[in-house]
Amino acid sequence: MKPDKEKIDNGRRSFIGAAAGVSAAVVAPGVVLHTVDATAAPRTEPVTDLHRWGMLIDTSKCADGCSACVSACDRENGLNLQSKPLGDDPLKWDNQRAVWIRKVKLQDNTTGRITNLPLMCQHCENPPCVDVCPTGASFKRADGLVLVDRHTCIGCRYCMMACPYKARSFIHEKVDQKLTRAPRGKGCVESCTLCVHRLDEGDISTACADACNAEGHQAIVFGDLNDPDGPLRQALRQVPSRQIRQDLGLNTGVRYSGI
Amino acid sequence: MAIKAITKSGLLVLAAAGAFLASAGARAEQVGDFVLPSSKAAKVENCVEPTEYMRRNHFEVIRHQRDTTVYGGIRSTKHSLAGCVDCHVGYDESGQPLSVSDEGQFCSACHDYAAVTMNCFDCHATVPEGESWNHETAALHGHLGIDLAARAAGPDAPAHREGSQQ
Repeated sequence: MKPDKEKIDNGRRSFIGAAAGVSAAVVAPGVVLHTVDATAAPRTEPVTDLHRWGMLIDTSKCADGCSACVSACDRENGLNLQSKPLGDDPLKWDNQRAVWIRKVKLQDNTTGRITNLPLMCQHCENPPCVDVCPTGASFKRADGLVLVDRHTCIGCRYCMMACPYKARSFIHEKVDQKLTRAPRGKGCVESCTLCVHRLDEGDISTACADACNAEGHQAIVFGDLNDPDGPLRQALRQVPSRQIRQDLGLNTGVRYSGI
Repeated sequence: MAIKAITKSGLLVLAAAGAFLASAGARAEQVGDFVLPSSKAAKVENCVEPTEYMRRNHFEVIRHQRDTTVYGGIRSTKHSLAGCVDCHVGYDESGQPLSVSDEGQFCSACHDYAAVTMNCFDCHATVPEGESWNHETAALHGHLGIDLAARAAGPDAPAHREGSQQ
């Protein structure tokens, strides 16, 4: 992996150099990059750190009782195909079934104000799950996605312990039904991939954001944190936002406003 | 007499062993030719590489591809496991796909014969279902300007598969 990393760094430096050099048309490189990607066919070159995918979640728009993002994620990633092992306690199953995105309800006890938000893998720049992984299975892809390489995951679950967001799930039982785009098997850890299969096809969207838009809430904006003129950066410019557990200095890719 | 009997029985054993080897050879040949008539692969001249090469090296090819896909995000190349399944999966009379790892199907026919366990399908789908791209997502994301015609042709047309082999 090391030579790759060096190469990527060089690419980034030259990109930044080019952007700085063209002072009058600083906007242009970003715009061009974005349109190239939006019309791209399935990728033929490895991902680079020219992009960093992320989200802004506006908690003021996230409706109480709505779980459109959760069910969309379940359908997209085959999580709805999981079945309770025969004879398992339903409560235990509820705790153990894989969940990539959860609805969390916060209540401020002093003011009584209630906030709803979806919580998933925050795709940290400095992910603790990657730090603790003994086999290197938990890794950060060049474009900022924090993923699990299930070919090398041994199922030790250190990453689940390390994650401050409780974002990861462990697959306890043999999986009968799975989707081509979302492999899943007993003994491995998994979490939100920001719909990596869509991104790799040049489709800049996620199932949860699509579902939220379809419901008319528009609480989730997905986009490129490195694209200064993209929808995500525009949204981030307009509203104050913060990271959950900002104090940990993880520089998360998923940001929240209104909390 | 005793010597004669021993020779006779020895000959019998030899003949039996010969017959067994011959039948094993015939079975090996059957297995070697194994492409399910109902699969897309049966209608294509060659696999993504020459057949002989694939028989000996398919696992190397798949293993190389898996790192390219997981770390590089490249899913569209000809060595993808999803492509193997898509092309080699057999169909029953009603047109329903049969799992490639089921007994007698493409993968397990040889693997059972060679007594080599594979665990690809502990995690990976054994029938083409829920590919990254299909008509539904294409319709949903029409505004992105992705070339729908090329993709729509993708999963069904062997011609496109060859085209995507670079």
